[in-house]
Amino acid sequence: MKSLIQRRLLMLIPTLVGISLLGFILLELMPGDATTLLMRRSAGEVTPEAIDNLRRELGLDRPWPVRYLRWVGRAVRLDFGTSFSSGEPVRREIFSRLPATLALALGAFTFMLTVTLPLGVLSALRKNQWPDHLIRVGAIVFHSVPAYWLGLLLLWVFALKLGLFRVVGQGAWQDLILPIVTLGSGMAAFYSRMTRERVIDVLEQDYIRLVYAKGLSRRILIFRHVLKNALLPLVTLWGMSFGYLLGGSVIVESVFSWPGVGKLVVDAILNRDHPVIQAYVVLMALIFISVNLIVDLVYPLLDPRLRPRRSAEAMEG
Amino acid sequence: MKRLLHNRLVVTGAGILVFLMILVMLGPIVVSSDPFEMNPLHRLEPPNSAYPLGTDYLGRCLLSRLLVAGRISLGTSVWVSVVILFSGLVVGLAAGLAGGRIEEIIMRLVDIFLALPSLVLTLAVIGVLGPSLESAITGICISWWPVYARLVRGMTLTAMAKPWVQAARISGTRGMRLIIRYILPQLAPPLLVLASLEMGTMILVFSGLSFLGLGAQAPTPEWGAMLNDARHFMQTTPHMMLAPGLAIFLSVLGFNLLGEGLRDALNVREMTEF
Repeated sequence: MKSLIQRRLLMLIPTLVGISLLGFILLELMPGDATTLLMRRSAGEVTPEAIDNLRRELGLDRPWPVRYLRWVGRAVRLDFGTSFSSGEPVRREIFSRLPATLALALGAFTFMLTVTLPLGVLSALRKNQWPDHLIRVGAIVFHSVPAYWLGLLLLWVFALKLGLFRVVGQGAWQDLILPIVTLGSGMAAFYSRMTRERVIDVLEQDYIRLVYAKGLSRRILIFRHVLKNALLPLVTLWGMSFGYLLGGSVIVESVFSWPGVGKLVVDAILNRDHPVIQAYVVLMALIFISVNLIVDLVYPLLDPRLRPRRSAEAMEG
Repeated sequence: MKRLLHNRLVVTGAGILVFLMILVMLGPIVVSSDPFEMNPLHRLEPPNSAYPLGTDYLGRCLLSRLLVAGRISLGTSVWVSVVILFSGLVVGLAAGLAGGRIEEIIMRLVDIFLALPSLVLTLAVIGVLGPSLESAITGICISWWPVYARLVRGMTLTAMAKPWVQAARISGTRGMRLIIRYILPQLAPPLLVLASLEMGTMILVFSGLSFLGLGAQAPTPEWGAMLNDARHFMQTTPHMMLAPGLAIFLSVLGFNLLGEGLRDALNVREMTEF
């Protein structure tokens, strides 16, 4: 067990180095570097001496390993410089918008689970009957609908035609409903199928037959024995999916004008605001890595077979 | 082959795709109006006899734009998928066959790529190169191959463990002969399924980027970009957003149905789940 955790943490090192190199390269490849910055900053004349001065000031004349280490030093303190377009510290800009994106992603995740579990189980219990066919067709359809189109259609029907929601969100929780449905539905389609298959697998196991034979009620059977075993393998996938929700929020935030980091980064790419892009990429990577790390560390606690009992090392070897 | 034709999913999926393909290939020849020609007098018109799908905010014919856009949306997605799968295949095969330290290095590299959500990495690449059709394509290719490298490596290891492959290796089969005669035939069915599903994903991602303004740039017609144009006129001319969205949806549905059907028909369920 201990060695498992150790190994998992050791594996983080190359990943973190990779991410930091990516962030550093993003900033290094900034087009025109100092010249552009100077022009944006002063709007005045750009003399070769002024460029040299600024390069020295920014440390751009030093060799790249030095610049990289400096970058890491600042990134550890989450200092990503100032945004070109707003002139504000990137850290403040991105952290003031992060809660909106996290709320959207968590909401979509919760929505996905509440839809997926009942549908997946129903589909499995009624295997090859009409509810199952209906759910499976629905899953393929919703898996194929582009989120941006679904979002626009929902806006059109529920906000414009029926007037139930505001067209442009202002950050209130009601404004979050349509974006959550839009972001979560594709994933819900994927997982209702996954849940169905897992539950069917478990229902065919011998120990479930034993529970049947013992005469336990169907409800206890489903909740205590089937669901627990069926969902366990999905936990790791859920962790990964959270990352895809973070990525997918870029499109959904843009459709609904939701003030999160996804909208921020799209605007930053269009304005070539590299400090913001770089901060976004590094931050998303850190969140994604942390979620997966937590999932990997919690997993043994959920699965008794991986729980440390006598000696995990002996089992491993 | 017979098994494939009896599979309803395969037939429906392939049917949708053939229909779309005919539309996109022959459409621009049959529909004579110029997709780039602006007509300020006929802005935002509803469907009528001159413009079967109406016009957009610059008075351009939506039908001819839709058909030309299909070539870009579908064409790009198809060849991006081919590039991704091929690079994934080469790297995955190399890792699986080489083993040892080479495999370790390749897989660590793949892990680093996979430590970022693919779409976030794509955005990073587009951020460096600046928004354009080419950057979107480059970004997608860079971010998506590691998924397949990992899958192919797993499949290769499974394939190598088969007794007849081991027998062939013991009797001296090596290199390309081993790959072509013994490994690839085992990888082909699951890869075919993955390719079909992947095309669907790529259409969604590529059109999504264009929708955000980060892919195909104006005036190039592209389904996602057309949707982006349409959203600003949702209140007045909602019909503008129906056709491009439906086109994306149908193509993705076609590839997904085909992939699902192939998965059942070729019996490769375990190998293609991820």
